[in-house]
Amino acid sequence: MVAATARIEDLRIGPLSKTYRLSASSVLALKDVSLDIAGGSFVSIIGSSGCGKSTLLRIIAGLEPSDGGPVRLGGRTIERPGLDRGFVFQEHRLLPWLTVAANIAFGLKGLPKDEIRDRIEAHLKLVGLEGFANAYPAQLSGGMAQRVAIARALVNKPEVLLLDEPFGALDALTRIQMQQEILRIWDVEQTTMILVTHDIDEAIFLGDEVIVMSARPGTIKKRLSVNLPRPRDRTSADFLAFRREIYREFFTEAEAPFAYVI
Amino acid sequence: MSETLDLAARTGLGTARTEGGPFRGLPIRLAATLRRTGLYLALPLVLIAIWQGLFEAGLIRPILLPPPTKVAQAFVALTLSGDLFRHLGISLLRVLEGFAIAAGIGLVLGVGIGLSRQLDRATDLTIQLLKPIPPIAWIPLAILWFGIGEGGKIYIIFLGAVFPILVNTIDGIRQTDHRHVELARILEVSRARFIAQVVLPGALPAIMTGLRVGLMVAWMCVVAAELIAASSGIGYLIMDARQLAQTDQVLVGMITIGAMGKLLDILLKEIERRLITWKTVYSGL
Ligand SMILES: Nc1ncnc2c1ncn2[C@@H]1O[C@H](COP(=O)(O)OP(=O)(O)OP(=O)(O)O)[C@@H](O)[C@H]1O
Ligand SMILES: [Mg+2]
Repeated sequence: MVAATARIEDLRIGPLSKTYRLSASSVLALKDVSLDIAGGSFVSIIGSSGCGKSTLLRIIAGLEPSDGGPVRLGGRTIERPGLDRGFVFQEHRLLPWLTVAANIAFGLKGLPKDEIRDRIEAHLKLVGLEGFANAYPAQLSGGMAQRVAIARALVNKPEVLLLDEPFGALDALTRIQMQQEILRIWDVEQTTMILVTHDIDEAIFLGDEVIVMSARPGTIKKRLSVNLPRPRDRTSADFLAFRREIYREFFTEAEAPFAYVI
Repeated sequence: MSETLDLAARTGLGTARTEGGPFRGLPIRLAATLRRTGLYLALPLVLIAIWQGLFEAGLIRPILLPPPTKVAQAFVALTLSGDLFRHLGISLLRVLEGFAIAAGIGLVLGVGIGLSRQLDRATDLTIQLLKPIPPIAWIPLAILWFGIGEGGKIYIIFLGAVFPILVNTIDGIRQTDHRHVELARILEVSRARFIAQVVLPGALPAIMTGLRVGLMVAWMCVVAAELIAASSGIGYLIMDARQLAQTDQVLVGMITIGAMGKLLDILLKEIERRLITWKTVYSGL
């Protein structure tokens, strides 16, 4: 019946730590991080630069081993990359010599030709790029390229989509547009979304939950449930209250901006 | 309505004036093309003019350096007799044979070494030791092994061309973007697809550079080999003319070598331009 939603399993992370060993020294990037993420939810992770957000995402993706702590998706323990988890990098990482369609199909395998064509078409539509199948990455704007990267990550129908500052390189207007897009995509695909961002507004606008991390060593400082109805109004008093609360985690009251009292 | 027509007429964009657009643009574009061509040809033309001028002023002895007019006459004579293009054709065929072998072996070996750390380790020392030996230094051995037949010259050409192709291919593969490697890991892309869609296209610019350098070296090697041991080919033509003190023919041979090298490079650049459409090249200020 509703098999699609039933399929999405919870993610249980840690407790885990991560040490990067360099020849001369070692960096404790994550310390005792534990995080349970309900299947199908949208979680924003926010924290200052170098606090280990990318490291956490890369461990979940299986790109980087932790110091031993487990990551479980449903009943499985994650040790290496797998198609049950999609990844969207900060830069689009499209292969410049492949067309948009070929880039989306890059991770597809073992499917008949017409199924591949259907999936490409469906995902181009999903990210609003119908008619661009034969374009090359150099012909796309930054926002369009990132849409293709999202389509590529979704085309294997992952249970979890990991997004590492996916809109960080985009201008403010395109970014807001992409935030609305990603919510629409989430609505259609029902995947668990874990999005790393530097942008407080983005974290609140998108997340069911906002996770605030602190640096050196990276730990989870706070978890906030954003119990606001969608679509969310970035100028509403409730929204601004969340904004203030997260802001205080990083800055003292004296430095608080005037934006949220408007 | 009349306003639209007026505007169309003034800008030359209206349907009634279609022939106006291109005709208006042509002189400007023509002037730009002429200017670019002029800039391109100016230096060689000036050099030729100075060369002729030095001769007219009696500052150079024609036996040591005949003037351009005399070289041109020799060129016409050699062309009409068919000698020039016969020797050129023979040299070109040798280059193509030697280069084809070098490209085949260099590419296959280069891709293999680029992909396999074991193979790299196993072959690195040998390659590094053989590479610095100039192909010309192989000529005595080549003569012993092959006599002055075709085999020796093709062997020399092969030796000259294979190393640039091999080394650039290995380099190109080693420069595979680690971000694309990560992407392939995330998407669990098969090894075959990873090589075909990530490694080889990424290495293609370096491979093309290797092929271009290889072809240039091959062209230089054939002339060198023919200068020493041959009874035909453009290098032989030069050597033969020198023995008869026909300096003008020596120069015709030399200039032909230069022109042919340029033509071969244009050919490979054009192939490269068609293959590598995604790269925007920095073309200078
Ligand atoms: N490959 C690596 N080798 C060594 N140290 C690393 C490596 N990757 C990250 N680190 C260190 O681990 C810490 C966390 O890095 P990480 O990239 O996870 O931070 P981040 O929160 O994503 O930062 P940003 O917001 O700037 O992207 C940093 O101190 C960084 O120097
Ligand atoms: Mg990061």
